[in-house]
Amino acid sequence: MRTVSYIQAVTEAMTEEMERDESVFIMGEDVAWNMMGDCTGLVEKFGTERVRNTPISEAGFVGAGAGAAMVGMRPIVHMLIAPFMYVAFDQIVSIISKSTYTYGGQARLPITLRAPMMYGVSNAAQHSDRPYATLMTIPGLKLIAPATPHDAKGMLKAAIRDDNPVISFEDRSLWGQSGEVPDDDLIVPLGHAAVRREGTDVTVVTVAGAITLGLAAAEQLAAEGVSVEVVDLRSIVPMDTETILDSVAKTGRLLIADPAHEMGSVASEISAVVAQHGFWNLQAPIARVTTPHTHMPFNADLEKLLLPNADKIVSEVRALME
Amino acid sequence: MITVDDDLLREMYRRMSRIRKFEDTTKELLLAGELYGAFHTSTGQEASIVGSCMALRIDDSMVGTHRSHGHPIGKGAQLDRLLAELMGKETGVNQGKGGSMHLSDFSIGSLGETSIVGSGLPVATGAALAYKMRGDDNVSLCFFGDGASNQGTFHESLNLAAIWKLPVVYVCENNGYGELTSAKDAISVEDISIRAVGYDMPGVTVDGQDVLAVFEAVSEAVDRARRGDGPSLVETKTYRFENHAVGRLPEHYRSAEEVEYWRTERDPLALFRQVLIERGFDEQQIDDLEAAVSEEIVAAIEFARQSPAPPPEAAFTHLFSPSAG
Repeated sequence: MRTVSYIQAVTEAMTEEMERDESVFIMGEDVAWNMMGDCTGLVEKFGTERVRNTPISEAGFVGAGAGAAMVGMRPIVHMLIAPFMYVAFDQIVSIISKSTYTYGGQARLPITLRAPMMYGVSNAAQHSDRPYATLMTIPGLKLIAPATPHDAKGMLKAAIRDDNPVISFEDRSLWGQSGEVPDDDLIVPLGHAAVRREGTDVTVVTVAGAITLGLAAAEQLAAEGVSVEVVDLRSIVPMDTETILDSVAKTGRLLIADPAHEMGSVASEISAVVAQHGFWNLQAPIARVTTPHTHMPFNADLEKLLLPNADKIVSEVRALME
Repeated sequence: MITVDDDLLREMYRRMSRIRKFEDTTKELLLAGELYGAFHTSTGQEASIVGSCMALRIDDSMVGTHRSHGHPIGKGAQLDRLLAELMGKETGVNQGKGGSMHLSDFSIGSLGETSIVGSGLPVATGAALAYKMRGDDNVSLCFFGDGASNQGTFHESLNLAAIWKLPVVYVCENNGYGELTSAKDAISVEDISIRAVGYDMPGVTVDGQDVLAVFEAVSEAVDRARRGDGPSLVETKTYRFENHAVGRLPEHYRSAEEVEYWRTERDPLALFRQVLIERGFDEQQIDDLEAAVSEEIVAAIEFARQSPAPPPEAAFTHLFSPSAG
């Protein structure tokens, strides 16, 4: 099978869906200029109408995406980076998440927001957020965080074809990673976690880019005789709690690795679900490796201190095994 | 000058009367406790609504506001399902999930009403973008109030529509108050239409109590949009006869004399009745038309009352569309 990078996989997904369906188009700041490198070849192929640069006007163009979707288009709205969604928050919450419900099913909103997350690269607090947990509290949105090139392509294509709003949180620490991606029309259905490594002693659920850390930690722990099962969450809403509970039933121990802030996090939600529905399978308290409840500092060493890493996972797993 | 024949005049009056009687009825039902929720009526703004809506085709779309009971009626919606929605019934246009501030009827091009002030502007702009990209000859019309003209979404939307030359008409219904605060204290300009200059589009202010003046101005803007010449801003100076929300708040922010003046001197129905008489209609014809509307209202109330409430499981339906993806 051929090998492509995560970012190439994303470009392929958009290209194929735009070829397949004329109602698909992409808009956002500097998409036609390919500012982020993820829109390579799009404007040459589809022109500036369908690869549409927008002004720096997030509430305007995110809401315009919603309106276009309501009358039958399938916009991909590029947020450039996830925190820029805050400027459009009312459009995302009041319009995009609620219109299908509030209008009694009359409105369809086949809109995909691409929200790349850039953290750990000294951009300080305003540019470094991983805001999926904030969005998770809002019904009516599907949230995904593909963690491999395969899923980046297959889940983005599924998102674009979905008749509902999907926000794709792409972890930019993964953009450069390569992996096997089939040549055919790859669709990865939303809503399913994936077991990336089988194990028997501890379940490590990873969110977004934490997959890299989880797999590295598992490798290190294997050398110590600890068998780690790594579950890549992939889809935040809907959340595949069944796969997580099944894994915990097997291992009896759970750690969640999530790059976002700890309070009210995806890690917290998974903890609550397992405490409520998998309690009797647990042999140790649930552990979370997340970012503490403080802002991202500019200083590179301070930032590094706060973010999850493989060593933190290893040390927490060791504690669970005691 | 646009010519308006007798049939069109009659239909304009009929729709204005439907809005007025609908709103008089809903107010009564609210105060009697049969309707509930935050409740903002269109009473006093009928000419602005009908003059704008009748400049559109049925397959053109529009977006309303929190004060938009009247807008779907202006666009031609059935009264019974609107009233059922206000009662929270399963037969309501939104199956009881939207209520007073979110009426929608996609079958007549009403893409819904949004209760966060200014939030509908990008939506209407996006519908226009879709029409343009597909080469459709539809027009998108966006209603919003004076208050919304201070929101960022107003400025962002007008800018987008201008740079992309979109087929959209922005109709600002300036009723003088954003919630309780006078537009005079909240808006930097006397005429909101002047803000169009900043976005290089035509802007015009018209008497919002004169349905023919509104119809003419909006028709011109709609024609321009349909020709592919881009967006326009039309401001209708109107007045909300009722309080911001019915039965909820003190009305200490405006004088009784002011309200009385608008109700007696500037009532759009009374003014239009006069026009109809001058155009050769007789009083009896107009009274008959109103009587027919009253019957429609009685039937709508009956329909809404007889309709079932949504079942408990309805709280969980329509969270997502069944995906064809």
